Amino acid sequence: MALLKLNPINHQRWLRFRNNRRAFWSLWLFSAIFMLSLFAEFIANERPIVAYHDGLWYAPVFFDYSELEFGGDFDVRADYTDPFIQDLINENGWMLWPPVRFSFRTINYDLPSPAPAPPSAENWLGTDDQGRDVVARLLYGTRISILFGFTLTVLTSIVGIAVGALMGFFGGKLDLFGQRVLEVWSSLPTLFILIIISSMVQPTFWILMGIMLLFGWMGLVGLVRAESLRARNFEYVQAARAMGLGNTGIIFRHVLPNAMVATITFLPFILAGSVTTLTGLDFLGFGLPPGSPSLGEMINQGKNNVRAPWIGLSVFFMLSLILVLLVFIGEGVRDALDPRRTR
Amino acid sequence: MSQDLIRIENLSVGFEDDGKINQVVNEVSLTIPQGEIMALVGESGSGKSVTAQSILRLLPEPPVVYPSGAIWYQGKNLLAGPDSELRFIRGHKVSMIFQEPMTSLNPLHTIEKQLGEAIMLHDGTGRRKARPQIMEWLNRVGLRNPEKRLTAFPHELSGGERQRVMIAMALINEPELLIADEPTTALDVTIQAQVLDLIQKLQRELGMSVLFITHDLGIVRRMAERVAIMQGGHIVETGLTKDIFANPQQDYTRMLLSAAPSGQPEPVAAAALELLRADNLRVWFPIKKGLLKRVVDHVKAVDGIDLTLRQGETLGIVGESGSGKTTLGRALLRLVPSEGEIVYLGRGGEMLTGQSGQAVRLNTLSHRGMRPLRRFMQIIFQDPFGSLSPRMSVQQIVAEGLRVHERLSADEVEQHVIEALKAVQLDPETRHRYPHEFSGGQRQRIAIARALILNPGLLVLDEPTSALDRSVQKGIIELLRRLQKEKGLTYLFVSHDLAVVRALSHRIMIMQEGKVVETGDTEAIFNEPQEAYTRKLIAAIPAL
Repeated sequence: MALLKLNPINHQRWLRFRNNRRAFWSLWLFSAIFMLSLFAEFIANERPIVAYHDGLWYAPVFFDYSELEFGGDFDVRADYTDPFIQDLINENGWMLWPPVRFSFRTINYDLPSPAPAPPSAENWLGTDDQGRDVVARLLYGTRISILFGFTLTVLTSIVGIAVGALMGFFGGKLDLFGQRVLEVWSSLPTLFILIIISSMVQPTFWILMGIMLLFGWMGLVGLVRAESLRARNFEYVQAARAMGLGNTGIIFRHVLPNAMVATITFLPFILAGSVTTLTGLDFLGFGLPPGSPSLGEMINQGKNNVRAPWIGLSVFFMLSLILVLLVFIGEGVRDALDPRRTR
Repeated sequence: MSQDLIRIENLSVGFEDDGKINQVVNEVSLTIPQGEIMALVGESGSGKSVTAQSILRLLPEPPVVYPSGAIWYQGKNLLAGPDSELRFIRGHKVSMIFQEPMTSLNPLHTIEKQLGEAIMLHDGTGRRKARPQIMEWLNRVGLRNPEKRLTAFPHELSGGERQRVMIAMALINEPELLIADEPTTALDVTIQAQVLDLIQKLQRELGMSVLFITHDLGIVRRMAERVAIMQGGHIVETGLTKDIFANPQQDYTRMLLSAAPSGQPEPVAAAALELLRADNLRVWFPIKKGLLKRVVDHVKAVDGIDLTLRQGETLGIVGESGSGKTTLGRALLRLVPSEGEIVYLGRGGEMLTGQSGQAVRLNTLSHRGMRPLRRFMQIIFQDPFGSLSPRMSVQQIVAEGLRVHERLSADEVEQHVIEALKAVQLDPETRHRYPHEFSGGQRQRIAIARALILNPGLLVLDEPTSALDRSVQKGIIELLRRLQKEKGLTYLFVSHDLAVVRALSHRIMIMQEGKVVETGDTEAIFNEPQEAYTRKLIAAIPAL
């Protein structure tokens, strides 16, 4: 934390968070999982990371190469899982493979038993019912879940904080009107709307995000509204007004920092909620397009293939781990920011 | 002659945090004699309340620990006794009243129920039977119309009435000791005088002891036979009140006694120009009723006030709570909407009128239009804890005005901040710290520095010293007086504390219910008050 110059209050909070060993380790573990999943292409892929052939370097992770470059017969994309191509490259060079030689969509055609195949040296956690490697799917699925969760959390928070701050700070008619809109809006059945929309268009990552944002931004509004309603009567806000600071300045410099503590406390929990939401939609089949790596789709497979417990159990443990870590982190943040202990 | 009721021996009290004990009371020994009023005096943070609350062990344990000491009552050590014994003593033998009567009463219960509960816990008398006793006590504490008040809720009573109910509740079981923890600090002076009289009268009637905790030496002199003076968790001096006042032994006691606000402001030059004028200023808050929110009436917070302020002058606005004095100050700065003329003749007017020396009618300006003028009229608030943002460093707080009104480089801003901090006698090296590291007086200085950095002409001081200890108050008053002289500042000084107002104001305006009762030169008001209300206010000041 030496890179960041924290003010003493935040430094205290950081120390308090660090003292909470469970939360602190959860944060590290979660970061590690997240980092690993960000580099999923280097861990689980159907292409080698680096290849050396005929005195030339290739990076199949990033680029598509034609078979011709390795001395093949046709001008098609090289399929590195093909023993023929592998032999071609190895004759005149070498390849560095990631530890798992499957991507999330790679189908293993050499399974010893029909899919879903049980764990083996090749497929560490077995395959799903379409012959795809469970480890790879878990890794990519985790990445998309966390990224979706993060993006959704950030976007809903921005909208929620903005609306809450405006309602609380200006109060009066705007506040009354806003509250009624909120009540109506939050009583719309999100799930049914999603089902209707997904029957019309195939939802992609961003369409899903848009819909979830449209119906999920209300979470923080009440909280931020209450905080800024309180803050606008603080004497230092009055003092800033007497100083000639405009409304925008007051909101950004005095009101929002106040609401921030309560907001940050909520973020890990909102993140956990977002991850669960996406998983739930995928499970029901209204989520990401078919073929996408997704924890929800894996849970569904686990349910459909009770005889192949490795699918259900792996995704169950992965999901529980992520959610439990997030909740632990959230608890740590909450305790560290507890206003009763900052005095 | 008098027997000791409670004997505190070597009491230490500490707050435990992460295994460390932060001791706030150190080896205090104190005896409370029977049938007398004993005052425990000290500034905030001296440990006087903690000492008093330890008698009933009211402080939560943990974090509170008692590293040493004993509190003897009838041959029993209260600190070592079991909880059951303590519960019997609480409310039966020793009662307590607190500073804030609103939060000491349960807002959801009627007065009768709360008093009845006290009786029932004591001897199991049911509600019906208790009623005559309750009535008797409401009469005794001088509550008007006690029959009607039985079914009243706390919010329907005024502050003074609530404190009377609290006293009735504390005394209804006729305890041997009443601990009064700053019972009048939240009350206006005239009501304070009544409550003090009441406590004194009941003490004589019941022959009980009173431990009276206060920071106000005027009250001590008026009430107490004995006094113990606390500082930093130690008892500095103890003895008969009259001895200590006549012949204080310790430096600290002498300092406290001499800390009363004194002196007078520098006279204003006869040729001083007018700076601000208000004509028939009104702030009415509408009371709306019914489905259509029709305005049925108004709360007339400020009701037709005329005033003029000359350059370099201090006008003291005095009144009890609810008199509209704070609203008046804010209305003049256009922080609350008002009606009536406000004319500003000071610096900065040329920015709006194009000519210097031209009058600006503030009441015609919009919020945005007011902004360029804001730097010339600043306000200091009462609560030094609430008026500084806890999330900003002193540097950021003080520089805030510069950010709004000037375009300066970071170095220039820093230079200005250092100068402003020096002007209020704070160490400029502390500018990177955060408000929670400063004491109340220092925080108030930071607030003054924040206002001064823009070099304003007019300062509205909204009870800037009320939340401070007398000795700290004195420093702030001297600072304000010096700044006025050096920078030719004009003050509008809003306060309920006549002693402070006298030390700072050239002229005084007495307000009651939004209207001016009397206005005139300070000494004239104090020496020859014309109105009955003014006389009552002046008479109610507990004199040292």
